[in-house]
Amino acid sequence: MNLVGILSLLVSSTFVYSTPLVFTALGGVYSENSGITNVGLEGIMTMGAFSSVVFNLTFASTFGKLTPWLGLLVGGVVGLLFSLLHAVATINFHADHVISGTVLNLMAPPLGVFLVKAIYDKGQTENITQSFGYFSFPGLADIPVIGPILFKNTSAPAWVAIIVSIILWWVLYKTRFGLRLRACGENPQAADTMGVNVYGMRYAGVLISGFLGGIGGAVFAQAISGNFSISTIVGQGFMALAAMIFGKWNPIGAMLASLFFGFAQSISIIGNQLPFFNHIPSVYMQIAPYVITIVILVLFFGKSVAPAADGQNYIKSK
Amino acid sequence: MENTTNVIEMKHIVKDFNGFKANNDINLTLRKGEILALLGENGAGKSTLMSILSGLLMPTSGEIDVRGQEVEIKNPTVAKNLGIGMVHQHFMLMESFTVLENIILGHETIKGPKLDFKKAQQQIEELSQRYNLNIDPKKKVSEITVAQQQRVEILKVLYRGADIMIFDEPTAVLTPQEITEFIQIIKELAKEGKSIILITHKLEEIKRAADRVTVIRAGKSVGTFDVSGVTNNRLAELMVGRHVNMKLDKPSAEVGKTTLKVSDLKVKNKQGILALKGLSFALRAGEILGVAGIDGNGQDELVRALTGMQHVDSGKISINDEDMTNQKVRKITEKGVSYIPSDRQKYGLILPFSISDNLALQNYYHQPYSSHHVMHYDLIHQHADELITKFDIRTTGSSLPVSDLSGGNQQKVIIARELDLDSDLIIAFQPTRGLDVGAIEYIHQQLLLERAKGKAILLISYELDEIMQLSDRIIVLHDGDISGEVKPEETSDEELGLLMTGIKKEGNALA
Repeated sequence: MNLVGILSLLVSSTFVYSTPLVFTALGGVYSENSGITNVGLEGIMTMGAFSSVVFNLTFASTFGKLTPWLGLLVGGVVGLLFSLLHAVATINFHADHVISGTVLNLMAPPLGVFLVKAIYDKGQTENITQSFGYFSFPGLADIPVIGPILFKNTSAPAWVAIIVSIILWWVLYKTRFGLRLRACGENPQAADTMGVNVYGMRYAGVLISGFLGGIGGAVFAQAISGNFSISTIVGQGFMALAAMIFGKWNPIGAMLASLFFGFAQSISIIGNQLPFFNHIPSVYMQIAPYVITIVILVLFFGKSVAPAADGQNYIKSK
Repeated sequence: MENTTNVIEMKHIVKDFNGFKANNDINLTLRKGEILALLGENGAGKSTLMSILSGLLMPTSGEIDVRGQEVEIKNPTVAKNLGIGMVHQHFMLMESFTVLENIILGHETIKGPKLDFKKAQQQIEELSQRYNLNIDPKKKVSEITVAQQQRVEILKVLYRGADIMIFDEPTAVLTPQEITEFIQIIKELAKEGKSIILITHKLEEIKRAADRVTVIRAGKSVGTFDVSGVTNNRLAELMVGRHVNMKLDKPSAEVGKTTLKVSDLKVKNKQGILALKGLSFALRAGEILGVAGIDGNGQDELVRALTGMQHVDSGKISINDEDMTNQKVRKITEKGVSYIPSDRQKYGLILPFSISDNLALQNYYHQPYSSHHVMHYDLIHQHADELITKFDIRTTGSSLPVSDLSGGNQQKVIIARELDLDSDLIIAFQPTRGLDVGAIEYIHQQLLLERAKGKAILLISYELDEIMQLSDRIIVLHDGDISGEVKPEETSDEELGLLMTGIKKEGNALA
């Protein structure tokens, strides 16, 4: 394989594996900047993955190539509804955020499997017929060197994710909504005295994270796993959480960190096709992404600074 | 005449919290362009009244007129629209945001979907210049001083177009120089036609800044007076409801042998930076050594090192000529150290425990209060009752949880427990923090009594008045080092202020 070939394989598989993380980590960024810790991303992804697969299997013949894209929306909406539990528990009932998030994580996989059993009468779904597959940008793909690496046979959702992360950065730091959202994560009491609706902003943060986390799960199911089972989402939500921390709670940072984690994951999968990496025993390659996640969390968790009131309940006095 | 227009009239305000009337028929009038001081003890209802005015709380009954119109201030937005702005005692700022972001939050100018930072910055710079506030809007709040943060709060209120401004205990965090500047700023604001309410319990500041003063006590109005026509003593009496000794009766010290000797003490803080940079001082029996300084200049580390709660990196602490550096807490206590911590609820007491259990915390483990790990509660209760009488702790019984007591009585529990140890050295860190005048007077007298008994007392406080009144000598901490040692009768608030900010070092003449 020549260098361009190796690079384009690396880039496209990095894109494929990082896209679910990018969306989910962006969700985490929004939730935590509003002040609600969201460790329930894993559960939200699971629901997103489940619902998009069911949608895809049901409507593939109706919508054709459009199906996986619509599946994203379905996954997002279901993720949003699922995250409503977290919002109500933490914002209205002042529950501990980590406990509430853990409830989502514990609830989602059995719920998904139960529903699969109820709908299809088996433990896991069939493989979907309309997956994302590879996409070449017309025109851009023909640019020498850059074209084959970045734009040919690449992942379309990845490019959407990158654009979305830039938009979300702009929203968070340049708009009124973003300023108010961050204020609620920084000092909710102060925000309240300035006339900001803290509960409303925090709902917005959590529901956006539900929507994006659901999309993350839907991307994973429709681009990578191809079906839904108990082992579809195993740790990607936590990896996204790690990417959010590594990315310093900033949308662009989270996107770059997710790309890095996606790269680590893709190495473990395509390593045997690459020179040098094909000499490393595959078991090491498979645990590498998890080890990297843990190492990065240990190295950066203490140092990168979360929003000051992240994880703190705000109780308005009457 | 414009001077006598009332901008605010609060009439018969009552605020009931589940049967407890925090405000019980309070009246307050604010005239245009004046500075009105609102005076009262902690818990008298000042903050509740102002929270009602700023829309954070709704009154149970009563009427509020703003500029002659009856209004209902349902939330902070209504207050803002009425031109009422409040500068809170605990600043309401986002540390990681810029000054600009803090100011515009909730009142943003937008251009399309985007925030218009440029226009906002222009407006803020204009306001900042007009009122001499000198603030760089691009700096992060975490990078500026406390006094500057207060100016950000003022700018926040001005930016919202407020012409009625409420300041809640604004000088609590400022040095004497900063207080002078602050008073100039609010006088300037009043001259520009802003009407100002100044919540405070510092009589001296009322004299310097305010035109009139409204006194409230236990949720009720006591009256409103022209500041020029009323003395400090009279105001204190009105506030407390009985005669208060403003001047402490302090006999001259009879100094004995050295009790505490600290030499070249170096202590690192949590971030690994030297918080104490080679501190040396001595404290003798029968004297009170005041440690002045602005919060965060090494006071916490000094106290923690002396009491054995923090590792000392180098240097030596000796108590009664015995090396106590890096010893266990209990060993230090038993060697003769009583400790009154600055945060009574966090470090001084176990809040859900009873008064009697809290009083036993320093002696439960030995005879006669326990033997062979079995507690003798009858003796503990009996001893608690003795201490309750001796130290005048106001309670219905020793089995009451200490959390049910008022701040002053909680502090008395600590003082009773610690003074009962009969230690040679008493470390009092902010012993009167957040207490009212009556309790402060009591605690100061107790400390002076201990001094007369020949105890050595180290008094660390951020309240200059307290330091000046009680100390025989004063050392000033600045940036982990002693910036000067003075005697209270030979120094002034101004000199201490300069030492506290490190502008003047010992030996330099006062400019």
